[in-house]
Parts: sequence; C-alpha cells; structure tokens
Amino acid sequence: MSLLLEPTAQNIKEEKLYREVGLSDEEFGMVESILGRLPNWTELGLFSVMWSEHCSYKNSKPLLKKFPVTGERVLQGPGEGAGIVDIGDGQAVAFKIESHNHPSAIEPYQGAATGVGGIIRDVFSMGARPIAILNSLRFGELDSARVRYLFEEVVAGIAGYGNCIGIPTVGGEIQFDASYDGNPLVNAMCVGLIDHKDIQKGQAKGVGNTVMYVGAKTGRDGIHGATFASEELSDSSDEKRPAVQVGDPFMEKLLLEACLELIKSDALIGIQDMGAAGLTSSSAEMASKAGSGIEMNLDLVPQRETGMTGYEMMLSESQERMLIVIEKGRENEIQELFHKYDLDAVAVGHVTDDQHLRLIHKGETIADVPVDALAEDAPVYHKPSTEPAYFREFKQMNNEEPEVENLEETLLALLKQPTIASKEWVYNQYDYQVRTNTVVTPGSDAAVLRIRGTEKALAMTTDCNSRYLYLDPETGGKIAVAEAARNIVCSGGVPLAITDCLNFGNPEKPEIFWQMEKSVDGMSEACNVLNAPVIGGNVSLYNETNGTAVYPTPVVGMVGLIENTKHITTQHFKDAGDLIYLIGDTETEFGGSELQKYVHGRIFGPSPALDLEKEKNHQANLLAAIHQGLVKSAHDLAEGGLAVALAESTFGTNGLGAEVDTEDSAVTALFSETQSRFIVSIDPQHKEAFEAVTGGKHIGQVTAQAALMIRNKGQLVVNRPVKDFEDSWRGAIACLLN
Amino acid sequence: MMKVKIHVTLRESVLDPQGTAVKSSLHAMNYHEVQDVRIGKYLEVMIEPSDRPVEEVVKEMCEKLLANTVIEDYEYEVEEAVTR
Amino acid sequence: MKFAVIVFPGSNCDIDMFHAIKDELGEEAEYVWHDAEDLSGYDGILLPGGFSYGDYLRSGSIARFSNVMKEVVKAAEEGKPVLGVCNGFQILLEAGLLPGAMLRNKELKFMCRTVGLVVENPNTMFTSAYSENQVIQIPIAHGEGNYYCDDAVYNELKENGRIVFTYEGLNPNGSLGNIAGITNAKGNVLGMMPHPERAVDALLGSADGLSLFQSIVKHWRDSNVITA
Repeated sequence: MSLLLEPTAQNIKEEKLYREVGLSDEEFGMVESILGRLPNWTELGLFSVMWSEHCSYKNSKPLLKKFPVTGERVLQGPGEGAGIVDIGDGQAVAFKIESHNHPSAIEPYQGAATGVGGIIRDVFSMGARPIAILNSLRFGELDSARVRYLFEEVVAGIAGYGNCIGIPTVGGEIQFDASYDGNPLVNAMCVGLIDHKDIQKGQAKGVGNTVMYVGAKTGRDGIHGATFASEELSDSSDEKRPAVQVGDPFMEKLLLEACLELIKSDALIGIQDMGAAGLTSSSAEMASKAGSGIEMNLDLVPQRETGMTGYEMMLSESQERMLIVIEKGRENEIQELFHKYDLDAVAVGHVTDDQHLRLIHKGETIADVPVDALAEDAPVYHKPSTEPAYFREFKQMNNEEPEVENLEETLLALLKQPTIASKEWVYNQYDYQVRTNTVVTPGSDAAVLRIRGTEKALAMTTDCNSRYLYLDPETGGKIAVAEAARNIVCSGGVPLAITDCLNFGNPEKPEIFWQMEKSVDGMSEACNVLNAPVIGGNVSLYNETNGTAVYPTPVVGMVGLIENTKHITTQHFKDAGDLIYLIGDTETEFGGSELQKYVHGRIFGPSPALDLEKEKNHQANLLAAIHQGLVKSAHDLAEGGLAVALAESTFGTNGLGAEVDTEDSAVTALFSETQSRFIVSIDPQHKEAFEAVTGGKHIGQVTAQAALMIRNKGQLVVNRPVKDFEDSWRGAIACLLN
Repeated sequence: MMKVKIHVTLRESVLDPQGTAVKSSLHAMNYHEVQDVRIGKYLEVMIEPSDRPVEEVVKEMCEKLLANTVIEDYEYEVEEAVTR
Repeated sequence: MKFAVIVFPGSNCDIDMFHAIKDELGEEAEYVWHDAEDLSGYDGILLPGGFSYGDYLRSGSIARFSNVMKEVVKAAEEGKPVLGVCNGFQILLEAGLLPGAMLRNKELKFMCRTVGLVVENPNTMFTSAYSENQVIQIPIAHGEGNYYCDDAVYNELKENGRIVFTYEGLNPNGSLGNIAGITNAKGNVLGMMPHPERAVDALLGSADGLSLFQSIVKHWRDSNVITA
C-alpha cells in the first residue's frame, strides 16, 4: 500500500508539480527532451535530486573549476568520496569536509550526528581507515535561547556519533555571529589513512557484475534531503522535519569494519556511500563514471517500513548504507563477510552496457533513464554577479583604531568573547584520544596525530574567519587558506592539500554570487602560492533565514605532514627564561576584528590585507626554524591580535607568565589583526640562529612568575596574574550557557 | 499476539540526574507545580503465546536484561493485541 | 605473559589495549572475538572500552550475554587477572563480577579529559608498582561513569580495600565516594572508568598507566615462580 497516490506524467506537467520538487520550467523541458517523453513520478524524483545544487553543483561548477586540483602528491582529486594525498612509504591520507547545515537547523542532534556519519562513510568508501574527525561550526550569538539549544544539541550530536563509533574528534573551530542566528553551519571533516594499493573507486564496471546493497535497511527518512539542502530556510522549515535522518553509530561501526575487510577482497569492483540522494546518486554516479548502466529490482531492497514506493526507496536518505559492485558469482562470500557483522548484503541488480539506470518494482519497469543525464548533464548556470554597495563603502573607509580606555580590561573582555574563549566545554564532550594517536589534543593551533609504526605525524585544522570574507571576500578567501596553513606550520607540518566547504547564501542573488566568485578567486590564488591544491569538498548554498544570508563562509580543512614527531610544536610556552619573538610587522588593521566587534557591536571597513609572498616566506622561515630544532612554541596571531595570542600561550603552562615590550600605538600593538604574524618562544642559546633564519623580532621573555606583563613604549599597560585571564577565558562559554 | 508494555525507571533511592535537569527546566519555564520528575524507559514487546505463562516470561526478561535491578525498577502490563 | 583483548562488535579501545600490551609493555596480546568459547590459553583477560553493542539499552547490558563472558567468569573464578576498563567495567558490573551499577554522569554529558587518580590500595595485583596515595594522571572518556551501590556494598568495598582508585579533586561524574575503580573480593577482577591503556607513552601526555600493566605481569611472574 502506497502512502501517497503518485501523480501521472500528464499531471506532473499540467499542474507543474515538478516545481514542488525543485525543478524549474526550463529544467523540466530539458528532462522531457532527454527522455523524448514525459517523465513519470519516479523519474522526476531521480532528476530532482540529481539536479539539485547539493548533487550537481549546477550553480557553483564554473567557480569550482578555478581551484587548483593537481599536485605531485595528489593521488585522487575532487569527484570521488574523498581526495587522497601521498605521504610517502606507500601510505596516503584521504580527507574531505561536508556540510549538514540545513538538517542541523531543523533537528540539531540528528542533523549533526548524521553529518559526521556521512563524512566518515565518504572516507572509508575510498578504502581508508578514518583516524580523526574535525568540525567547523557557526552559530548565532549565545544570548538567544534558540541558539544555545542549537549549539548544545549539535555538540551532543557530534559527540554521540563520533564517541560511539570510536574515531577521535580532535579539532575544528567554532565562531559565533548574529548572521548565523537562524542558519547554523555544521561542517564535518574526516581524515583517513590508506595504503596506496587499497584505494577504491566508486565505479560500476563489467557488464553482468552484481550490484549489492549493504548496511542498514531503507526507510522513509530523509526523502528529498538533497533538495531540502538546496532551499532557503524559512519559519515554515520546521514542518519539513521528516526530511531529517536518524543516525545509528553502532551500525556504522559494523559497516566500517565490514567494508574495510571487503576492501581486501579481489571480488570488489566498486563501492560508494549512499549519501545525499541515497540509492539514486550512488547507482547513477557509479554507472556514469564507468560508462556503464545499472538495472535494479527494488523489490529486493531491504526495507524497514512496509508499502514503500520506488520513488521513496530511490530518494530515501536512510543512513549507514553503501552500494557495492562485485564480481558476478561471488555473492555468497560477500554475504558471509557481512553476516559476520550482522549486516544485510543483498544482490539488488547488475551492471548493464546500455548506460541506463533501469528500475524494476513489482514486475514493472518504473524508471528508465540515461545515467549521464542524471550524473553529468545537469544544467550549469552562470549566475549574474554584482559587487554589493556595502563592499564599495567599506573599501573606501580608513583603518581606524577603535577607542579603548583600559587595555587590560579590554584584553580580559576579548578573552571572554565566545569566538576567542576556550572551547573546552565543547571538546571535553568529544573522545579526542580514542585509538591513542592524538599527540596534540584540541586547544592548540592544529591537532596532531602520530602515524603508528612510523616517525611521521599528521597535523590537521579547519579555518575560516567569515567576518573578513564579508568585508572583502577575495582577501578573506586568501586569509582562510593562509590561516589554515599557518596553523599547520605552527605545529611543525608542511601543508599537503585542502578540502573546502563553501557555505553561502542564495546564489540567485547577484551580490551573493559575487561573494562566491571573489572568495573562490582569493582561495585559489592562496592555494597556488602556498602549494596546497584542493582535493575535494562540498558546496552548501541557500544558507539564509527569512531572506538574510550568512556571512560568506568557505571553510578550509587542511592536512599537513610532519616528517618526524620530534618536530611537533604547540602554542604553549615551555620554560621560564625562553625568549619570545614576533615574526611579521604590525599595521593598524581592525576591519572585522574582534576588538571592532566588541567596541562597535558591528564590523565595517576594509579587512586586513594579505601579501601572499610575505605569508609564504614567514611560514617557510618558521618551519625551517622548527625543523632545525630552534623553536619551543609557536602560535599564529589571529582574532584579538598579539595580546590574545600571548595570553593563550601562557594558558595551561602550570605557572609560567610572559613579559613583553611593544612599540607602535598601544591599541594597534595589542589588538590589531594584521596577517602573517607568529609569536614564537625559543631557548636563549638559539638566539642568533633563530634570528638568522626567521628575521623575527625579540619582544620579551617567558617568566617564572605567572603574570602577563605588556609594556608599551616603556609603560606598563597590562599587568595581571595569568590566572585572571585564564579563568575568564576557560569559563566564558559555560557561563554564557547557564 | 500479546503486546507487553514495560516501564523501566530508576529506583527511588537512586538520584536521577536527567529527571533533575528536566525538573529545573520546567521550573525555569514557571511550572512551579512540578514537584519531581523521574525519567525512565518505555518498551513495547510483542509476544507470541507459548507453553510458559506470559507473565513469567516477561518477568524473566526484565530481570535478566531489560532492567538492572541494582538501580532500576520495572512494571509491565500485558495487552491482547490485534493480529496483523 | 599472554593477554586476551576481548572484542565486542562495538569495542573501540581494543586496538589501544592491544598496542599498550604489545608495544609498550612488551608482552603478548591477541584479539579475541566475542563468540570465542575458550580462554584457557590466556594468562590475563582485558575487557576494553567502547560501546559493546551500541549500548542503547544500558552500557554493557547486552555484552554480558555473549559467549565469551562465560569464559571470562571462569577465568575470574580461576584467579586469573581480569581488567575491565570503561565499557569493560560496565560489562563486569552487568555480569555481576563486580558489585554496583553505573548511572549517567551527573552533568549528563560525555566527559573526556585527563584526571588525577589517587591510588587508594597499592596492595593489589594491579597496583603493586604504585605507592599508597600516589596521584597518577590517567585520561577518562565516558558518559556513564557515575558509580552507584547501596550503603552495605559501599562499606564492604571500603573496609576491604576494594576501592583501588578514587578521583583526586573534582569528581568528574558524580560517582559514589569518588570511586574510579574497584576490585572483587578475591582481588583478581578490577573494573575502572579511567583508561590506563591511554597513558602508556609520554608522547601522548602520560605514561602513568604503564605501571598498572607492569604490576599485573609482576604478579603473574611471581606466582608462576612459586608454582613452578
């Protein structure tokens, strides 16, 4: 028994029902001409999800082409479950970031949990063992009860899934800004480790080979999730709640172990996660990539509910499922493998040579569509782009210092801003140590995991200061990439590549499309200069609530290679008497800064400038000094400038303090957010060597007295016990939540 | 076919942190009438009649698996369910 | 000495336990799947952390019925050292090898951080390499570590030195009497919420957990010398 009476092909056209599933009049016309007839309801469903922005990138494709995607280490670029980069000795690292913004806005716990589950599957579908999870989160201001609810539930959802499956959640970042009030961003990144020989592809090759469905059963959850992710949120979005999927991390753990065992079998031809658009995208994409077709009998699909229609099965986004193609005749051994983990593995179809996706249900052919039409031929739009008026206005403004009366009190206040404050309320809920490889735990610039059995380690981070991007998307885009690289370098690593998650508003608005265009330009340039190609990612558009867009937020996830665990460096000061250095000059730059927001309650003016050549040099110099063993701690200067970075370097050091002299105007010296700067502490015996390598400026020393003392032109402007700063910083988020 | 409705709750002597948290939320929402909240689990188990009395079977399942009697109490009711 | 690392479908600290024994302790270890029916070839049994069967009903409640648990009970009766960490502790409680039960953490949140543990009783086969009241740094990572038992059991544990570890300072989960780890009456079964296997390598922050495993090995060597 079907729950809904399906409209006829004629109905669909006459009543323009295709609009309800997100297809435009022109797009429906294209479907009609591809098929040479009217599509039925099931076929319409296939096109609607495959041609959604979430699956087809129809609005962003022309921009994504600008990214550099190749490099000598790149083994797999964009287009598969995850990108893969060589790290030597036959090993490689696979990683990807993906958004789950819309589901999280509606049902934050499950939305975030299934976001984590989905990205983990992307990584193990490549044959890689997931070793770490990171999350990049954006919320509105914590003074709203709704935002606090979203924040607490998203964190709980990430913890609930990641902790159970036993993959450490090691890092990421969280920022708070009113632009995310109704539309939080939940981007999950997964990093996996793989041997070159185990790399898998999602391809349905070899006519006659068997298509198998493995994992959890299919229910009605998540139908039209991909289409939902391609629409703006409004007050009525809560009504779409059934579209949100429910995750089962225990099931995923079984699926993960079973699939990693499956990878070792030579019966396996192709494997792909049933993510967005579930069975539809996995089957169409696997066939399209191999130049083949697939025929499936939907009667055989394991179902959790009764009376499901073909439309529902094809569009369901039930979690923890994979589609695999195996050599014909070896179904039994594959079934045995999965049964050991109590999982379903069912032959549901076979590979054909006609490049069609053909679906049989209850003895009838309910869909027969060219696979390329679904996977490749979605329309591509070159949206109009207009420079927004606000941008011109901001650009013409001068950089002015915000007025600050008491520098010390201001530093205390900045440390309590939720974007700067310690995130331990969050990460203490994540099991960041399971699998015992986490050398640098959350709270330093980048998380670092050792690679067991080698001397190597991987550094990983996510970054994006969207305030800069709002003021100036091109410069902000460069900064996002540069900052990620800074965090990797500070940890002792060489940037390998990035994955990105492009979160923007409605691309049909020319000002929003302009933001996308400029951000991608900036990011591409930075990726080129810093030698960090883009190996994959995800686009999330329509991040708007009732017509207001989020700040442009192209999150950069970066992984770096640390050749020897001896090079691992953290931001924390180590010993009294060590010398403190500042690398990089300081200008008066407050556009989009934490101080500006604190003083004025809003952001305006030009964003900080970025000179990529200078950036590259500073990073290379610092890395050289780290590799020569000259550096005890390194920390990049970000939100809140030098004063905040210094304070952070004293936290968690059990009784160390710092004493520093500054020259420029005090407000600029302490709080400006000029880019390409680092504070570094070194053993005094390495003074000459360090200065020769980095050209850094000696500004002070680490002290045995646990106080932070900052002088400006000889005058003491900050002088207070570290404990006061640290308590404010550590307690701020818990305090805002209670 | 029988439908057995089973409620598992924390024993009264055991502190229920979840219940306490919900109680304070309700108080924060001005439901001062609320005196106490206890949170438990509700299970529906469909049972085919066998040669053992259904009550005996249910009791055994509760003692062995569904409840941990060190900290939990259980109650159940047996309903005659319509066969599908 | 040869250890069995028991693996349930949702165990996720099994690898950590295995490497702690093999790489850091330098003893033998093998993974043993939950349907195993014979543990007689092992000198010590380790129940690692994780979410044995998803733990949707109660932590450890389903694991206790797996085949291998009958063998674990047998090993415990024979006096072999049995160590349950985190989920392993919860399983030992559910299986009745240790008294009491686990409630959700008092703050209702999963808690992951390194805590100080006080060694209350250094005279067990698990703690002989520590000194009395020594404070060691061991990570915790759990959502249900709020140990509970009635007064009679608590007094019995307390009077017989069966409370082996307590939390130093702030109690992270609300456990009765700050309990972090307890043994059975015979002293050969230890359940503890903190993860000693995560503290065996200074590179990862602490190596204080290694002494626990060394204590087990020492006990085994000593008793084998006597019987030999």
